[in-house]
Amino acid sequence: MDADLIVQILFAAIKTGTPLLLIALGEVICEKSGVLNLGQEGMMLMGAVVGFIAAYATGNAGLGVLGAMLMGSFMSLIFAVLVLQLGANQVATGLALTIFGTGLSAFVGSDFVGNTVQGFQPIAIPVLSSIPYLGDILFKHDILVYLSFVLAVVIAYVANKTRVGLVLKAVGENPHAANAIGIKVLQVRYLAILFGGAMTGLAGAYMSLVYTPMWAENMTAGRGWIALALVVFASWRVGRIMLGAYLFGFASIMHLVLQGLGVNISSNLLAMMPYVATVIVMVIISADQFKEKLLAPRSLGKPFDPRNMA
Amino acid sequence: MAETLKKRHSIARIELANITKQYPGCLANDSVSLTLMPGEIHALLGENGAGKSTLVKTIYGVVAPDSGDILWDGKAVEIKSPSKARELGIGMVFQHFSLFETLTVSQNIELCLSKTQLTSIGNLSHKISELSTKYGLNVDPSRYVHSLSIGERQRVEIMRCLVQSVKLLILDEPTSVLTPQEVSGLFVVLRTLAKEGCSILFISHKLHEVTEICQQATILRAGKVIATCEPARETPATIAKMMVGELAEQDAGYSKKEGHHTLFTVSALNLTTKQPFGTSLKNINFELKAGEILGIAGVAGNGQDELMAIISGEDERNTGHALSLEEQSIGQLSAGQRRKLGMAYVPEERLGRGAVPDMSLTENTLLTHSQGFIKKGLVQWQPLKAYANKLIVQYKVKCHGEFSEAKSLSGGNLQKFIMGREIGQNPKVLICAHPTWGVDVGAALAIHQALLALRDQGAAILLVSEDIDELFLLADRMAAVCDGHLSPVVKTADTSIDQIGQWMAGTFISTPAHHTEETTA
Repeated sequence: MDADLIVQILFAAIKTGTPLLLIALGEVICEKSGVLNLGQEGMMLMGAVVGFIAAYATGNAGLGVLGAMLMGSFMSLIFAVLVLQLGANQVATGLALTIFGTGLSAFVGSDFVGNTVQGFQPIAIPVLSSIPYLGDILFKHDILVYLSFVLAVVIAYVANKTRVGLVLKAVGENPHAANAIGIKVLQVRYLAILFGGAMTGLAGAYMSLVYTPMWAENMTAGRGWIALALVVFASWRVGRIMLGAYLFGFASIMHLVLQGLGVNISSNLLAMMPYVATVIVMVIISADQFKEKLLAPRSLGKPFDPRNMA
Repeated sequence: MAETLKKRHSIARIELANITKQYPGCLANDSVSLTLMPGEIHALLGENGAGKSTLVKTIYGVVAPDSGDILWDGKAVEIKSPSKARELGIGMVFQHFSLFETLTVSQNIELCLSKTQLTSIGNLSHKISELSTKYGLNVDPSRYVHSLSIGERQRVEIMRCLVQSVKLLILDEPTSVLTPQEVSGLFVVLRTLAKEGCSILFISHKLHEVTEICQQATILRAGKVIATCEPARETPATIAKMMVGELAEQDAGYSKKEGHHTLFTVSALNLTTKQPFGTSLKNINFELKAGEILGIAGVAGNGQDELMAIISGEDERNTGHALSLEEQSIGQLSAGQRRKLGMAYVPEERLGRGAVPDMSLTENTLLTHSQGFIKKGLVQWQPLKAYANKLIVQYKVKCHGEFSEAKSLSGGNLQKFIMGREIGQNPKVLICAHPTWGVDVGAALAIHQALLALRDQGAAILLVSEDIDELFLLADRMAAVCDGHLSPVVKTADTSIDQIGQWMAGTFISTPAHHTEETTA
């Protein structure tokens, strides 16, 4: 294998890992506040279709991204009202959101199948992109990939170094104690859920505007689920989420790589790679329950009703 | 309310006038008035459900009263939220600590402070260390809360109030989780604070502590102020009488018995914990005899949970010969099989382990009484309901009826029901955690008598409790746990609170674990 091919593979791994990274960055904030939103797949599809339609109608990919993020937030708002205000079960509501989003996106997008849009073009960053190898891998992407780099750094900083991060962690660990010291638990959780929704919408836009600039039914192909596994895999740490996203991205393009190398395995089997990798990783992580319990937000998935305090 | 209108030389720190709070079906506070002077340590007493919690939550801004006034330093105020309360200078240490285990001490304290407070403090860690030295709190700002003992966590909560220059400190049953030595340490801190003018509102069930440290006491019964007194002029018995309204046999002292033959044995039990903040058991040995109560004292989190789980069979790991009942090894049996052999179990966690929250009391009875109430695979509902009702009456469980869901009962009432259910099986061996935790004086008496009756019938009872006074009252023999080690087992008559207290802090361990020094400090 020559150096050029490796560079190409790594470049593609980043590109493929970006939607996973975007979702996982949003979901990790949401989970740190103690809310498990399994509706990622549905929100992502709605983001993808609305982003595509907005970009198709206006001819402006930027407006497509904005539309997708608003749609993702709106979907997560439905989830938030159900689980926070009405105390619905988070797991069931999340699953319903995925089923709802999958169906609705297919319905909304049926007239747009087969069209294409002008998505974002790659931008080579001056100076940095001329670094040998590294420049080719990291600095010849489109603007959304660069945005994901920036977001990862900002989110890691906010989560670990600021008071906002401290409040988020406190709410996710013990909402009753947080309420007792005057933190508005539901407000924090609303914002965390909406942020997660916007990030997932953005990931959807990345799929329909950059990765494959078109709309097809169910085009996200389970990426929302892989991103959810990724958050656990990374034990709720932003740095590891980034690493994990690219690892999963790499697993997703393995079949292309191996085919290119002339390895004779059925492409169907190879296409299973990321999903098999997800299952294996989840099993390994869950085997060490000790560690998982220590790192997971304590109140993850548990509803909190401030009216029940008295 | 002659007491509140009494002429004082200075202005009261806080004055509550005719506070009333109505919950659906229950008048929690009925025109309650209370006055606290600067530097006064004031006890708030009453049985479960007397309205103490509602009253302090009103002061701390968690509960809004229906009517009544609050005067703070002589001015009428409305305390709408905990943050408003903290702004005024009211701090509260909760019964169930409100700390975040995965954060450090200083992060925990930072969360409670407003931005202006943070700026005025400057270097928070420095401030914590300074206050720590001044009051002898011994709190290290950089440690993670999950690595602290219960006593240390309580000091962090107090520190959290001190950093905000607290003028009124509310403590909700602060001593229930401490070793006797830690209690004395706490009292030193409280007296220093009071001397500097801080008012302290002290809720406790332990009357001898109230007589020791409090200058004034207000006693609530059914939401009303029933009496006020100066505890120094009373005895625990006279205060208990005011609380329950009849002569409580608080310090009756029960007869001690010697057991007969050994029923249940734990030998060389070693077990690694499966919980992130758990304690591993280290070479536990003891024998439980028929007709005796063996008490195990210890501060929470020293291996009690692990010990209870492995004895009851809830922890499913096979311990082989380490556990034996009537000379048969039971380490390989499941919890259900052990119950069939005559073991019964009252776990510490009432809701969730001792009872299924969403099921009725009848159904919860069936969980451990399946044998008599199922015929040919069908549940015999009528006799089952009758039996559940009998338990409700016998143990004075306050509820709507046998159809009430377990979660609708208060903690103390549910505890009475679970104790009754387990005792009602006439077990050979009863394993029991915190039998009267959160139970009021009258009900505790009923539970004590039921336990003693069961003992006198020849059952072996293992009591694990943090309430050292209760253990001395009930247990025939005693031991203590610390860091997963079990102390020697001695007759209660041959030991003292001081010795057990020392053992709870780990002095019996030949190679002391490093954290034992901190708990004794």
